[in-house]
Amino acid sequence: MEALSVPAALALVAGGGAGLSPERRAALSVSLPLLQRDYRFERVWFWGCIQGVRGAYFIAEGLGPDRAAPRSRLYSLNCLDWSLLTPATKEMLALAEQVKGRFQGDPSFEYSLAEINAEAAARLVESGKEPVIKEEARLIATIEQIDREVGVVPRGAFVKTPLGSVHENRHFEGLSLGEAKKLSSYFHFTDLVNLKNKTLLEKADLDPSTDFLDSLEHDIPRGKGSWSMQLEKGGTVVVLRSLLWLGLTFYHVPMTKQFGYAYFGTGEKNLDLPFML
Amino acid sequence: ERGHGPYRPHEPGYGLDQPGYSPYEDVIPDPHARMLAIKNAKAYLLKTSTKSGLNLYDHFANILTKILDEQPTNTVDIIENISKDVKWAEFRKKMDTLRDEPLIPPTFEAAEKCKALFVREGREEEREEVEEEMGEPALPNVMETAFYFEQAGIGLNKDESYYIFLALKNLIRVQPIQTCRFWGKILGLEKNYIIAEVQLREGEEAEEPGEEWEETTAEGEKETGEAEEDEQKEKEAEPPKSTYKPPPEIPKEANGTGTNKYVYFVCNEPGKPWVKLPPVTPAQIVCARKIKKFFTGWLDAPVVSFPPFPGNEANYLRAQIARISAGTHVSPTGFYQFAEEEEEEEEGADTYEENPDFEPPPVAEMVESLATWAHHVKGILKQGRCVWINPTQKSEENEEEEDEEEEEEEEGEEPQEERGPPLLTLISEDEGMKNIPAWTAQASTNLIPEYSVAILQSNRWPGAYAFASGRKFENIYFGWGHKYSPESHTPELPPPAQAEFPTGPEITETADPTVEEEMAFKIAQEEALLEAEEEEDEEGEDD
Repeated sequence: MEALSVPAALALVAGGGAGLSPERRAALSVSLPLLQRDYRFERVWFWGCIQGVRGAYFIAEGLGPDRAAPRSRLYSLNCLDWSLLTPATKEMLALAEQVKGRFQGDPSFEYSLAEINAEAAARLVESGKEPVIKEEARLIATIEQIDREVGVVPRGAFVKTPLGSVHENRHFEGLSLGEAKKLSSYFHFTDLVNLKNKTLLEKADLDPSTDFLDSLEHDIPRGKGSWSMQLEKGGTVVVLRSLLWLGLTFYHVPMTKQFGYAYFGTGEKNLDLPFML
Repeated sequence: ERGHGPYRPHEPGYGLDQPGYSPYEDVIPDPHARMLAIKNAKAYLLKTSTKSGLNLYDHFANILTKILDEQPTNTVDIIENISKDVKWAEFRKKMDTLRDEPLIPPTFEAAEKCKALFVREGREEEREEVEEEMGEPALPNVMETAFYFEQAGIGLNKDESYYIFLALKNLIRVQPIQTCRFWGKILGLEKNYIIAEVQLREGEEAEEPGEEWEETTAEGEKETGEAEEDEQKEKEAEPPKSTYKPPPEIPKEANGTGTNKYVYFVCNEPGKPWVKLPPVTPAQIVCARKIKKFFTGWLDAPVVSFPPFPGNEANYLRAQIARISAGTHVSPTGFYQFAEEEEEEEEGADTYEENPDFEPPPVAEMVESLATWAHHVKGILKQGRCVWINPTQKSEENEEEEDEEEEEEEEGEEPQEERGPPLLTLISEDEGMKNIPAWTAQASTNLIPEYSVAILQSNRWPGAYAFASGRKFENIYFGWGHKYSPESHTPELPPPAQAEFPTGPEITETADPTVEEEMAFKIAQEEALLEAEEEEDEEGEDD
């Protein structure tokens, strides 16, 4: 969610019972503009909060001129002091997927790899490092995964310029009520996976400036899908909750420019999803 | 196409399409004919198109109006585009009027319902009555609770909390309620559930069609019993009797005790009518422990799972609520104490009362040590009840036939008596999973310690929270309604296929005796005969 609209957005996302205390909210509204100034981001998004056993991580993302470029991520334990996280690498992602269980809440906690994946541990030992994975790396990988798999934006909110960079669409006035109820009007805000596989016939109807991302309706499992869509507050707000990453909530007020998503959860993927539907 | 022609010589329009005789030339001598020609031309221009409903006359008029208003440069070069734009403008207006109507109702209906919550139906008499009867207000102060939880960052939107507050007030007005509490909110796929935990006034039953669900489940179980009896009554071919005995049904706990201590009402949204959930049976709890399903939001939705859940979504919801309450409802130690008359058995202590001498420990202590919190709801045993019951004793009454034979066999298999932790155990005794403790305690703020609130989060049931501040404490649940397990959920495997019939010597195959064996047997038999005869006859025999 946009840093400037955090108070209003939190009110809309609170349907799941998760939110921020007044102290943290006040701290955020103070520290996020400072972040923008210090790191020279064009936009700062408050990404959400990952609950660890002993503490919570608050995550913010900063975006540069191209909104689709890899984002800089920062974390904080108290919403005041932010530390930059390194970008995620493929090994980090692969290892972190194997680590199970809650986050501990301490960024320097080390998960012993020997239990999890003996080969990786062996490889690390050979290259001279210890066979551990730090919680910070797991945090980076988890945030990257969540963004990749369930980061959602409405259709038309972002446009792709002919040069390839992505900007917010200033003409976006919100989805209409009819469109807002369909899963196909929401896109994953990540690199393309499925779009290339569509037939030419389907692609002919698309508008390349706004339809350059994958829509949500192709998410596995099909049918009920991995999204729960509800109209809250008497139909004025559309709330999408992800069932794959429990705790990710996306909200959009149709016919207005307000939209955003936030994650309030434990940072674990829900692998039991097929049994639960 | 020309609607008017071809003109015949006697008609006034004849010759109009000839270059010399167009209406624009004064060659037509007769002014009357010219006027008629003009009228025909205009009528032709005014003809509406069958496809679009426009006509050329109006279209040209609009184009010229637009051109004269806007006065663009090089008009003659862009005249086609101007014509297209004017046509587009026409179309858009018409489609808008068609689209607006269906979009309006849903939002406004919901707003109407919420508004109905605000209408105060209290008349003077009712208000007085209500004040006299109740010693303590039955309505909980939802906003106060919401405030404390908000200090921890937990809770719903303030508007939604207020709607829930008003909805609870409605509930109290309708049902005979002694105490009421906002239990929490469970999210579902299509709709959510808002749950109120209620204790009805003694002796009164809630007036609700909650009986229907109970009946359907009871009927289902009776049917399986009957089917078996039918099998046994067949005398024609006498198939082998089924030796399958379904495990005896464990009776549910009486309303007001154990898992059914409280009655729960749910609604999908504040403003919708409250529905009472049926009491929970041990079989449902046992099954709910084995499955993990999302709630859809419809109370009568079937729960399709293995092992098959005995009931529909309302029963599953009730079972999960019972498990969550038993696992996560805590209070500061010492707030509740056992009633004065001490019970001898640990299991018997079901009642507790508030301790008037309770001194709340400071918040720092409540956060540091988990021994300052205690469960005040009895844990659920493996059997699915809070108080253990020996099912074999009951089985005599339930089943009608063939008990005497079976009882002797089963005596050796007395089910083990289960004992759970006694009421009011400290939560420091709760086991964690792997290296994760069962509870996480935090203070709501470190910056202002004198006004901070102690917050407990459950790790076994993510979404269950409790807060304590001085004498005030409260539990709440916001979540999807599932227990946390570090390993992935593995569904139960189907049981091994049952043997079709008991194996006995009559039907076991044995190898036929070989020829040598038969010969040996025959010889042995003959020898036996010989010996017998020799003994009888005193004479010698032939070979």
